[in-house]
Amino acid sequence: MSVVTVQLGQCGNQVGYEFFDILCSDLHSKPGHSTKRENDYYQTVCKEQFFHEEECGDLVTRAVLVDMEPKVVSKTLSMAGRSGKWKYDISSQFSQKQGCGNNWANGYCVHGPKHQDIVMDLVRKQVEKCDRLGGFFTIMSMAGGTGSGMGTFLTRCLRDAYPDSLLLNQVIWPYGTGEVIVQNYNSILTLSHLYRSSDALLVHENDIIHKVCSQLMNIKQISFRDVNKVIAHQLGSIFQPVYTSEEALHYCRNPLGELMECLVPHPEYKMLGLRNIPQMSEHSLAYSTFNWNGLLKHLRQMLIANAKMEEGINWHVRPPSQPTAEKTSLRKELQFNTSVANLAILRGKDVQTASLEGFRDPPLYTPWLSPDDAFTLWKTPRAFNKYEKSATLVSNSQFLLKPLDNIVGKAWNMFASKAYVHQYTKFGIDEEEFLETFTTLEQIIASYTNL
Amino acid sequence: MTQSIVVQVGQCGNQIGCRFWDLALREHASVNKKGIFDEALCSFFRNVDTRAEAGGADAQRGKICSLKARAVLIDMEEGVVNEILQGPLRDLFDSKQLITDVSGSGNNWAVGHKLYGGQYREHIVENLRRTAEQCDCLQCFFVIHSMGGGTGSGLGTFVLNVLEEEFPEVYRFVTSVYPSAEDDVITSPYNSVLAMKELTEHADCVLPIENQALVDIVNKINQMANTGKLGNVKSNSLLTSNKGGIKENEKPFDAMNNIVANLLLNLTSSARFEGSLNMDLNEISMNLVPFPQLHYLTSSLTPLYTLADVNVPTRRLDQMFSDAFSKDHQLIRADPKHSLYLACALMVRGNVQISDLRRNIERLKPFLQFVSWNQEGWKTGLCSVPPVGHSHSLLALANNTCVKPTFIELRDRFSKLYRKKAHLHHYMQVDGMEQHCFTEAISSLSSLIEEYSQLDASKGIHVSYPPRLNII
Repeated sequence: MSVVTVQLGQCGNQVGYEFFDILCSDLHSKPGHSTKRENDYYQTVCKEQFFHEEECGDLVTRAVLVDMEPKVVSKTLSMAGRSGKWKYDISSQFSQKQGCGNNWANGYCVHGPKHQDIVMDLVRKQVEKCDRLGGFFTIMSMAGGTGSGMGTFLTRCLRDAYPDSLLLNQVIWPYGTGEVIVQNYNSILTLSHLYRSSDALLVHENDIIHKVCSQLMNIKQISFRDVNKVIAHQLGSIFQPVYTSEEALHYCRNPLGELMECLVPHPEYKMLGLRNIPQMSEHSLAYSTFNWNGLLKHLRQMLIANAKMEEGINWHVRPPSQPTAEKTSLRKELQFNTSVANLAILRGKDVQTASLEGFRDPPLYTPWLSPDDAFTLWKTPRAFNKYEKSATLVSNSQFLLKPLDNIVGKAWNMFASKAYVHQYTKFGIDEEEFLETFTTLEQIIASYTNL
Repeated sequence: MTQSIVVQVGQCGNQIGCRFWDLALREHASVNKKGIFDEALCSFFRNVDTRAEAGGADAQRGKICSLKARAVLIDMEEGVVNEILQGPLRDLFDSKQLITDVSGSGNNWAVGHKLYGGQYREHIVENLRRTAEQCDCLQCFFVIHSMGGGTGSGLGTFVLNVLEEEFPEVYRFVTSVYPSAEDDVITSPYNSVLAMKELTEHADCVLPIENQALVDIVNKINQMANTGKLGNVKSNSLLTSNKGGIKENEKPFDAMNNIVANLLLNLTSSARFEGSLNMDLNEISMNLVPFPQLHYLTSSLTPLYTLADVNVPTRRLDQMFSDAFSKDHQLIRADPKHSLYLACALMVRGNVQISDLRRNIERLKPFLQFVSWNQEGWKTGLCSVPPVGHSHSLLALANNTCVKPTFIELRDRFSKLYRKKAHLHHYMQVDGMEQHCFTEAISSLSSLIEEYSQLDASKGIHVSYPPRLNII
């Protein structure tokens, strides 16, 4: 099945570019320990998902590029053109002259409705090129105006126009110490509205990725490209083809559908986070070997201690022994991270030897879902993106509670002071709407807290 | 990409404008080596086909034919504008872009605002409209004027009102040069306070500049450059330098005016050139103006010069960030570090990455006070094209209560004159000027000062907010 990607705003377009670039370079990289037949199949499935092939064999993305100003889209198109491996469909882009000015309301209430028809038309053209449509993957940041405001509006349009298709929103969470001063307002508006129309939100935090770049990748002067490459790697590690069941040995044909099926058992919980391991500079990679037990032990502890990368993991956090009333206080103390559902994706050599019993521990999960339903494992012997072995964990858990609580708290204080509110009312988002947004988010926080 | 129009009013406005156009050409020439009329150039310039059969129509893309500034030049005397028309930049303007008179405004706000305003309104509107029609997406007007005199202050703020009426959707950024305390125009406090009311009510953003602050920066640069302490300074990198422009021989105010011209270039760089974190003009007011009237932004430019030595250590990069917060780099005499920040933007150009920005924000944050509801009030932009002569540069824009002393000083000087009703009759003679214009202007200024005082009072005090919503 194919997925149509929609890249929105500066961030969405930059991340989208790196995403496709990694998919392509992975396609052409050494297959590791998979057989030729397996590898051919891997390539075929990947191509079907995200690209269509021109007669000359060129890969063209199933993507729509959208921005309200022209510089980023034109740069993205030309970079892809130069890559030689793949390109965008140049008719599948839409840009305007003047950006949304970091104003969510401007994107959602003005630019969104104004350009809805053109953009949805571009989407439709991509959909028509798919033999079977699996769903939509939108990439956007929450901080700015175009990605967040217009992205949210278009998500709603996609939901209306394709009620049976799946919508996954890749959302980039801004740096805690601002990129954009009104980022907390833009973020809560984005999250609350996406919660209504999206099937799941896959979140990447800039602060975490930045740390990965400096501490794990060992990059001295970190650029946005470095950050985006890490995000792209993590996304690729989910979306590249993988076997979804032990017996059938066939690649997952409906990536979004199966992802949602594993991870979103209840509409109240749809925030997904991602951890992967290992992650290091190419230089160190050449000198490292890994074994599955070691990797998975780390990955499990990252999950339960809510460590977002492989460094600084708190090894003292343990799952609560008894699911009793005192569970909550105990958890608070040790910062135990309770999950709704987890999906592990293993790629590389000897993958069949890996044991994941540790992820099936009942105390890791809520009482209302059995570990067998809450945990899913996908794997493939095909190595991904130069890593001989790599493991990715997508989880629907309490991992985002703290950053979410932070953003809502800051936005609330700003709102109580009435600062910047006039910038939003100007475009039709009034105080009432803000209050509704706060209610939605407090509800999400409460739900996840009470897991 | 969008376009902007510069409206330069009065002697000061036109002199700064003139420096702006020269340095803008210098900047684009250094980026655009092929002489192709590109999107970046299009934001401030038109490419006009001057051949007779084309009749002065806009040549579209392709080779540069003849560049025309997107500008309207207004002065009520002819001296400065004539000088521009006879100088090396004359080809940038045609006579349709000029509005002049011969008799001047006599340092009287009322003459500029009421008399000439009424008289020239049609002419001004027509001129602005024509210039606006030459843009396919007009985003911003930059008004450049001074506060102390008659034309810049009076007619300049009149133009601002006209812009709001005629182009309500287009942003209005005003660069206002405030008079020094020992200004030789005796009525400058009146003119400034009368103009302030208009700025507070009708501008989206005001960038206040103080003459004295510019003088101090010029002296500092001269001192450094002359003592030879610097070793080799790249001569075109001085913030005050004409070097590389069309007009190389400097006039007395050029050094000061070049600083302001560089401010405008850096302010618009991210809208004109590409970068990894763009910052469009409409993001400035969105991020830096939390309450409609508090739109006065202090600015600082660093570095003041770049050494010829190309090995730039990180330390020097970090110094650029530190300097932007020191009081001797501000374009008004003010000390942001010891006042309260409502919001702060860092617009970086050149070879600087997001990690350099993060590091410096973390490093500087402990020394700065932010208002309690905006503790992380940073807006950042990364433009990959550095200014001429530099490898990197920074423009810091702050919405900070440090502007208050300047406003208080202005009010005191106004009151001193007003108490004695000195020179009032010159103003009252002008049709449409009434006593209440003065009282309203001073109370508008006072309430602005009061707003800043209230914010200042919250400094260091724990503010309690209403409890968050509770989900039952």
